[in-house]
Amino acid sequence: MDVGYLFNWISSEVFGKPAYLIGIITAIGLIAGRRKLGDIISGTAKATLGYVILAAGAGIVISALTPFGAMIFGATGANGVVPTNEAITALVNAKPAFGTDIAYAMFFGVLLSLVIARLTPLRYIFLTGHHMLFMATVLTVVLLSQKATDTLAVIGGAIGLATMMVVMPAFAHPWTKKLTGGQPFAIGHFNTLSYITSGFLGQWVGKSKSTEEMELPDAIKWVRDPMVATAASMVILYLVFAVALLARVGEAQAIKDAGGGTVGGAGGYLAAQFGNALSFGAGVAVILLGVRTILGEIVPAFAGIAERVVPGAVPALDIPVMYPFAPNAVIIGFLMSVVGGLVGFVVLSVWLGPWLALPLILPGMVPHFFDGAGAGVFGNATGGRRGAVLGGFVNGLLITFLAAFLVPVMSAIGFVNTTFGDTDFQWFGIVSGNVARIGSVGAVVALVVVCAVLVAAASWWQTHFVERGWVPGGAAEAAPAERPSVHAA
Amino acid sequence: MKILAVCGMGLGSGLLLRMQAEKALRQLGLKADVEVSDIGSARAAAQTADLILTTAELAEQIGQVKPPIVTIRNFIDLNEMVEKLRSALPGGQA
Repeated sequence: MDVGYLFNWISSEVFGKPAYLIGIITAIGLIAGRRKLGDIISGTAKATLGYVILAAGAGIVISALTPFGAMIFGATGANGVVPTNEAITALVNAKPAFGTDIAYAMFFGVLLSLVIARLTPLRYIFLTGHHMLFMATVLTVVLLSQKATDTLAVIGGAIGLATMMVVMPAFAHPWTKKLTGGQPFAIGHFNTLSYITSGFLGQWVGKSKSTEEMELPDAIKWVRDPMVATAASMVILYLVFAVALLARVGEAQAIKDAGGGTVGGAGGYLAAQFGNALSFGAGVAVILLGVRTILGEIVPAFAGIAERVVPGAVPALDIPVMYPFAPNAVIIGFLMSVVGGLVGFVVLSVWLGPWLALPLILPGMVPHFFDGAGAGVFGNATGGRRGAVLGGFVNGLLITFLAAFLVPVMSAIGFVNTTFGDTDFQWFGIVSGNVARIGSVGAVVALVVVCAVLVAAASWWQTHFVERGWVPGGAAEAAPAERPSVHAA
Repeated sequence: MKILAVCGMGLGSGLLLRMQAEKALRQLGLKADVEVSDIGSARAAAQTADLILTTAELAEQIGQVKPPIVTIRNFIDLNEMVEKLRSALPGGQA
């Protein structure tokens, strides 16, 4: 066996396989965290298996989305997209050509974020692991779409990810403090643009009664389970487009486009589409299991390292951490976001889409739930129930229109009927994708300039507003009284 | 002993609960496996758990299950986690 073959084998069969690369990165993190040998072995194995699960989930989602895409195209003549971060991330990562670059970009980006947190006033530690993976995925894909080499995509992706991990929690922090009553944590969820917008709008409409002084009917509380909401809404969307296609092209052609059922005919066709909708929901659940298995090992390792490298930093946490501060605003924000998403869909389908050749964006329940709820909570903090309603609605518009503009800059993966659903992935993906048009090394230089400007602006914001205690609409009120803590079985 | 940390998707805040719970368990000198679950599979996973950690809203959603549910309000307040685990876990009272 010659050395060349060996090197080729290692680079293609080990480092070229994202699952093993993620395992190796996890092992490095666990070793650096001085964990026990048993923990290192089991953590490494779990992270690797998590990646394999993720790729399997991607297969399920692709097989369910393909007929959906065909039905929308056949029925409307336009391409349809259901933004779902988990689905798009799994679809992209399942391709080794992207997966390895993304894993490297995430690894170096996370380390670089610690360096920036250590050296600038932006002492935030971003702990939302899945959003790191999603952001690394967006940036790598938009850079590769502009024909960047793998090395440049990794460098650009890492710098972009690191920047976003420290600047976005800083920009949102005055509103976060208003919302939490000054708790020592920041928001670490890449829908920050929408949360700040919602905070502004809440102040603009003026203080109204808090959402928490209302009583919501029990019947709508089931929506707190995003899996159920996703499956239910996908069944509706699949069946609407299945019927529309059937009406437009007839039974034979509809079955040819999207597949029929066991018994054949229109009944079999509709039953098959119903099954596909459930497969989509199930595929997302499988992907979640994969992501959960990977992150369960990586994030604690990273958090341990971060505590030592940047002592006393503010942790930036996932959006559901904010929900207990206004549980009713969660539901109101979600529902209003879906309304905004539907309005956005109509505007895209009758006006903007045909005019600018944009895809149709259908409401993806996962982003509408988490982002809409977050916008509702931020809007409620500054503007009460009116703020929550308007914040959720505008969030729905934002994530719909920005998604339409994100799809074209991710051209390297081809058209896949899903994309990213949160505003920061979208706006920063669009900015990076357009900056990268310069091409080659110039693209990365330009991206570094954008990142440097963001870090400088966020540092100024941090020292002039956040650290001086500015809070929108005056000092934060004390957090509401604690709820009953222990529920007996 | 197995503790289940539950959030909406089992990705972000559930993992934070797990990390805080592990810290709190070390402080209390107790040993337990802490696993993360999403709200969709929480009821099934609860069958084999001895305690569930989540928020008040999701506790309502989980409903009646075998193990007791402890709700956490402030995700990064280690004292809250330590106190609640101390009173909920056998051996934590000492």
